[in-house]
Amino acid sequence: MSVRVYISGDTTAVAVGAERVAQRFEVEATRAALSYELVRSGSRGAFGLEPLLEVDSARGRVGFAAVTPDDIPELIRCMKESVFEHPKCLGLVAEIPWLSDQTRVTFKRCGEGAPADLENYQRLGGYVGLNNALALSRQAIVDEVKASGLRGRGGAAFPTGIKWQTVLDTASDQKYIVCNADEGDSGTFADRLLMEGDPFQLIEGMTITGVAVGATQGYIYLRSEYPRAQQMLERAIDAAYDAGLLGQNILESRSSFDLEVRMGAGSYICGEETALLNSLEGKRGVVRAKPPLPAIEGLFGQPTVVNNVLTLASVTAILADGGADYAHYGVNRSKGTIPLQLAGNVKNGGLIEVPFGASLRTVIDEWGGGTRSGRPVRAAQIGGPLGAYLSNTQLDVTIDYEAMAAAGGMLGHGGIVVFDDTVDMAKQAHFAMDFCAKESCGKCTPCRIGAVRGREVLERVCESGATEDDLILLMDLCDTMEQASLCAMGGLTPLPVKSAVNNFPEDFDVAPENSEVAV
Amino acid sequence: MNSMVEFYQPQPDFGTPAIQATDAVSLTIDGRVVSVPQGTSVMRAAFEAGIKVPKLCATDSLEPFGSCRVCLVHIEGRRGYPSSCTTPVEAGMTVTTQSDQLAKIRRGVMELYISDHPLDCLTCPTNGDCELQSTAGEVGLRDVRYGFAGENHTQLEKDESSPYFTFDSSKCIVCSRCVRACEETQGTFALTISGRGFDSRVSVGPEANFVESDCVSCGACVAACPTATLTENSIIEKGIPEHSVTTTCAYCGVGCGFKAEMRGQEVIRMTPWKDGKANEGHACVKGRFAFGYSTHKDRMTEPMIRDSIDQPWKKVSWDEALTYAATRLREIQEKYGQKSIGAISSSRCTNEEVWLVQKMVRTGFGNNNIDTCARVCHSPTGYGLKQTLGESAGTQDFASVADADVIVVMGANPTEAHPVFGSRLKRRLREGAHLIVIDPRRIELVGAPHVKSDLHLPVQPGANVALLNAIAHTVVDEGLMDADFVKARCEETAFKRWLSFIQQPENAPEASEAYTGVHADDVRKAARLYATGGNAAIYYGLGVTEHSQGSTTVMAIANLAMLTGNIGRRGVGVNPLRGQNNVQGSCDMGSFPHELPGYRPVSDDTVRETFEGAWGVKLDAEPGHRIPNMFDEALSGGFKGLYCQGEDIAQSDPNTRHVEAALESMECLIVQDIFLNETAKFAHVFLPGSSFLEKDGTFTNAERRISRVRKAMEPLGGKADWEATLGLAQALGCDWDYENPEQIMAEIASLTPTFAGVTYEKIERLGSVQWPCTDVASEGTPTMHEDSFTRGLGQFVVTEYVPTAERCTRRFPLILTTGRILSQYNVGAQTRRTENSTWHAEDVLEIHPADAESRGISEGDWVGIASRIGDTVLRARLSNRVRPGVVYTTFHHPVSGANVITTDNSDWATNCPEYKVTAVEAMRVSQPSEWQARQQTFDKKQKQLVEEAIVG
Repeated sequence: MSVRVYISGDTTAVAVGAERVAQRFEVEATRAALSYELVRSGSRGAFGLEPLLEVDSARGRVGFAAVTPDDIPELIRCMKESVFEHPKCLGLVAEIPWLSDQTRVTFKRCGEGAPADLENYQRLGGYVGLNNALALSRQAIVDEVKASGLRGRGGAAFPTGIKWQTVLDTASDQKYIVCNADEGDSGTFADRLLMEGDPFQLIEGMTITGVAVGATQGYIYLRSEYPRAQQMLERAIDAAYDAGLLGQNILESRSSFDLEVRMGAGSYICGEETALLNSLEGKRGVVRAKPPLPAIEGLFGQPTVVNNVLTLASVTAILADGGADYAHYGVNRSKGTIPLQLAGNVKNGGLIEVPFGASLRTVIDEWGGGTRSGRPVRAAQIGGPLGAYLSNTQLDVTIDYEAMAAAGGMLGHGGIVVFDDTVDMAKQAHFAMDFCAKESCGKCTPCRIGAVRGREVLERVCESGATEDDLILLMDLCDTMEQASLCAMGGLTPLPVKSAVNNFPEDFDVAPENSEVAV
Repeated sequence: MNSMVEFYQPQPDFGTPAIQATDAVSLTIDGRVVSVPQGTSVMRAAFEAGIKVPKLCATDSLEPFGSCRVCLVHIEGRRGYPSSCTTPVEAGMTVTTQSDQLAKIRRGVMELYISDHPLDCLTCPTNGDCELQSTAGEVGLRDVRYGFAGENHTQLEKDESSPYFTFDSSKCIVCSRCVRACEETQGTFALTISGRGFDSRVSVGPEANFVESDCVSCGACVAACPTATLTENSIIEKGIPEHSVTTTCAYCGVGCGFKAEMRGQEVIRMTPWKDGKANEGHACVKGRFAFGYSTHKDRMTEPMIRDSIDQPWKKVSWDEALTYAATRLREIQEKYGQKSIGAISSSRCTNEEVWLVQKMVRTGFGNNNIDTCARVCHSPTGYGLKQTLGESAGTQDFASVADADVIVVMGANPTEAHPVFGSRLKRRLREGAHLIVIDPRRIELVGAPHVKSDLHLPVQPGANVALLNAIAHTVVDEGLMDADFVKARCEETAFKRWLSFIQQPENAPEASEAYTGVHADDVRKAARLYATGGNAAIYYGLGVTEHSQGSTTVMAIANLAMLTGNIGRRGVGVNPLRGQNNVQGSCDMGSFPHELPGYRPVSDDTVRETFEGAWGVKLDAEPGHRIPNMFDEALSGGFKGLYCQGEDIAQSDPNTRHVEAALESMECLIVQDIFLNETAKFAHVFLPGSSFLEKDGTFTNAERRISRVRKAMEPLGGKADWEATLGLAQALGCDWDYENPEQIMAEIASLTPTFAGVTYEKIERLGSVQWPCTDVASEGTPTMHEDSFTRGLGQFVVTEYVPTAERCTRRFPLILTTGRILSQYNVGAQTRRTENSTWHAEDVLEIHPADAESRGISEGDWVGIASRIGDTVLRARLSNRVRPGVVYTTFHHPVSGANVITTDNSDWATNCPEYKVTAVEAMRVSQPSEWQARQQTFDKKQKQLVEEAIVG
């Protein structure tokens, strides 16, 4: 009897040794005459457990955590004997609390099998949503998405159904679906995980979106740093074409949808939707003024849905199980589940999909297990490099778009970066301005010049302490950038800076000698 | 009279373009209720209400961009502070443009700008004329708390490669107005922003400077720049102007409106006039920058006389020169008869001046020996359009191209020869219109990085009629004609006659392929596209007219437009692109030996009686000599005196040696010009001409638009051209007493039906007016033939293809065709005396590499070009723009002798020379031709005779 073994091919898993584990496995299995099938799956996102090796057993899938190549001979022995007693054995994967305590809707298939295996995808419930959608009117599909309460997972949290309605209502011979897969926020990786682990879900989601608004062409704008995601997406797209799930008359319906992957060129700002559209059109990746909204005049001037990977992927579940089912999760105006990405100085980093409503502290303490350094948590930056730094005392905030905003933060794309008590928040504020200066497209003045001036002021503050004038100037600059910038890049850069100053004033203490100068 | 003379100030700017919409939207801005067309920006609405919103990146010639962030406003019910330039108005909106919060934001942004800007306002070239400076003032910036020690661009090097403007990147605020102007206004895309974030800089491309880049020096970027980053060198050298005079460009037939910006009597800058309807604020390298000729050291400013051309000149007073001229002319008439003298009027002079010249010929000379340079360019247009449509003029205004869906460009090269119209055309192409180019050469429009034709039909020079017949045949053959239009609007008998002609099998594209050289498939595709692609407009140039069948070609074009119903509304039509600024006007003003003003035959008794009544003189009923007849008559002894105003026939007319012989045989040649041109070297009387900056009057452009020319400086020679003609006429005994050109226009209006409603007051009020301007159309006529043709029913004319006599043989296996380039104008008298020669210092021969190789010719070699008529020598430029068998040159430099080789062949109807087809052979040579050597010697001698002039 053949043994089926799963080792993730995901970029993070490979980074911690999954490739070497897989190679060693094949060598040793052959040597040991083990009859096997090795599946290079996606990752479940429990990075603390990677390289995670899983084996099908009679009871279900059994997992071994943090496997090294040297563990392999012993593990093969276990497999041959079907005895799963090993120090690294986690028991049944389905029963690992870190995973089973999550509510996996979008990431339910991630790690289950080979990413570009269409049959596997369909066996696990894939393409039910598209089949349902093809039986509905366009308006009915959009209504279902509205009913789900789904909001854009890229960070802006705009109601997806309303965006789609605009595109549906805008008459045009050609409409487009653009997937924003330019995941550039520091500490985030949910899009990548999904594209590497479950690419069909994105493809199906985009196809449903196309059917819903009457768009026949889709583009996935993928950041250049994601070569494996590109590979998986392209394989999956080929398979979908072969199966009649893309192209003319999908599943013999009257709907057609073509899809291509387009690679970015290494610019953070091209994750901003209008800069992305410019880049996709072959133009310089600078932000466009809105209006016109992309939903009305987007790619090549045509009505365009621009949604994040997770947003589009979520649509498959909404169409499979109904909008009401999805809306059943979550709280207040934040419906469904949110894939959080835990990173930075944290013990158990990875992807945690939970319904909205959990507390941030629970996520950091219980899933994250506190800091990796073992020192106390001092700060967490939520929502990427443009998100606020919250202090330890603020961590009881609920994961809910509005509650986060009320706490002076921003959920963004769901990235959580944890810092212990050795962090210097003035340096973090400097990092924010530096990041903006490096990544600004340069179109609008507050961002183009403001970020550089902000960096200079904070350089001075980091080197020789702040004067009162420095802080007044810094806060004025933050106001200017916040209120006058063309897009969220310049508009949100003040958020980490201001939160650092306000929530960690001790790191910006005006030194006595400076204070005198200021007077 | 000169109400358009004003203190210098920047032209009004409403921030974003005007919107053409019928629905009006009402909103409240700062408590004022404003109503504007739907789609208008909040910024423009504010400006229209007299409320100034600070702005830097917005300008009303460009689409809103939203980058500078000083135009932010507050809109009730909206979060944050939207930029007023990018926010469209909505009904009921309540907008606040000034508040403490807005003031703080704007100061914050300006503080950032100035933290990266040199602090040299007092010594800056645009001090006092800088939007950055004035905006800093408007927002009350008092301090730059960041200091100036931070990262900055204030030490960047200047790009001084252009002779006309300087690019000082250290002053750049990266508003992208220049980049956008290059894209949106000019359509060249030479500029971009390189780098990102703080490193974003305006760039002409990797490691290039302006002169080496794709830049065409139209000046749109310079006009758009709100700071001193892109500044005219004349401003840098001389400071900002103190007053301006609105006038009309004296280069090509586009007729752009300009502000001549002055310091005293000196032009500091020519700025395209935003309200000029031909150009709407755009310009080209000629009109914008090449005005230095007007004060060039070669300007001739004193009248001179001499008895023979080998004598030194004698500088005399105007009176003496005019009396001498009149006396000599009368002597000639006494000796050789009344018809032994004549005149050539100038298409560069004003309508009023042309009017006086033809009037002097008819009333003072007592004959009809008046012709004009239209003879050698667009006379077939006049004839052909008159025959078919009933009016000798183009049917549209330039703005009409914005409504065209299919554009045919035939025998014209708008991006070089009519650049401002070319930019309009390219804009329409970027919006998606289709383009068919019919031209032997691959002109820019055929394929360049940002423009591409759908079809290029590289017709063999000389076969235009065959090609147009093939297109018309296809339209009929494939059932694509607009039968309703033809039935309702055209003469039935003429149409039927034409129909049976065009259906003949020899007119099928498959049959004519042999001589047109164009694949039948392409012809059929072009026919389908033209006939069925929506609004289809034809634009054509001298590549149509300057052929032995020029008039036939024009009529074939008109036939095609009528056949497909593409005439009589916006977006369609038959549009000649006129070569010179006032070639339309000089024709309208009756500079023809057979026609009185308004294209009315001299042989018509009623017409003559009208003029006789007004002028109090009996007019000759017999048509006079055309220009070529004048030359022939001169050589046969019956034509001995010529008054040639503002025209250089020795350089511009074909068969130079024949022309020179004719000029040498003259007993009194009177040349009036601003320079000692080639013709003046044969003259006995030289009258100093005045440039367009030195006189009042009107020009009529290719769209029949009559625009004012206004005096910006005193004539260097003491008299405006009309005053010189007036003096000569008076010396001849004419009883004339004009005090100003306005009086002349009043006379024109009273005697020319299509000008009946034209007055200076009306032009002043409307900016310009397109004739016909009559009681029925008192504000002019942008689109002609709307309900019926001028002649009533349109007339189809049978256009049989008759090949030119000029054939390729084994001895002359190549066809030479001629054209123009962007930086030079016509015979080059003006542009050669400007820095435009930076781009085109000499005429070259374009030859296909295959033809060059078989003759052992390499790039840059001297090549002798011999025709049946003569030979000359030019340097070779190997180029794929021409196809094998065709060579090409320009005629901007006298020494090139391009017309030494062109032949005496001419249009059967109008004698327009066949410049476009000359059979030649090319071979490598080691030195200039014999003619060129002689030309140089003669030129040197004549210049010396001027230098040695005796002061009389």
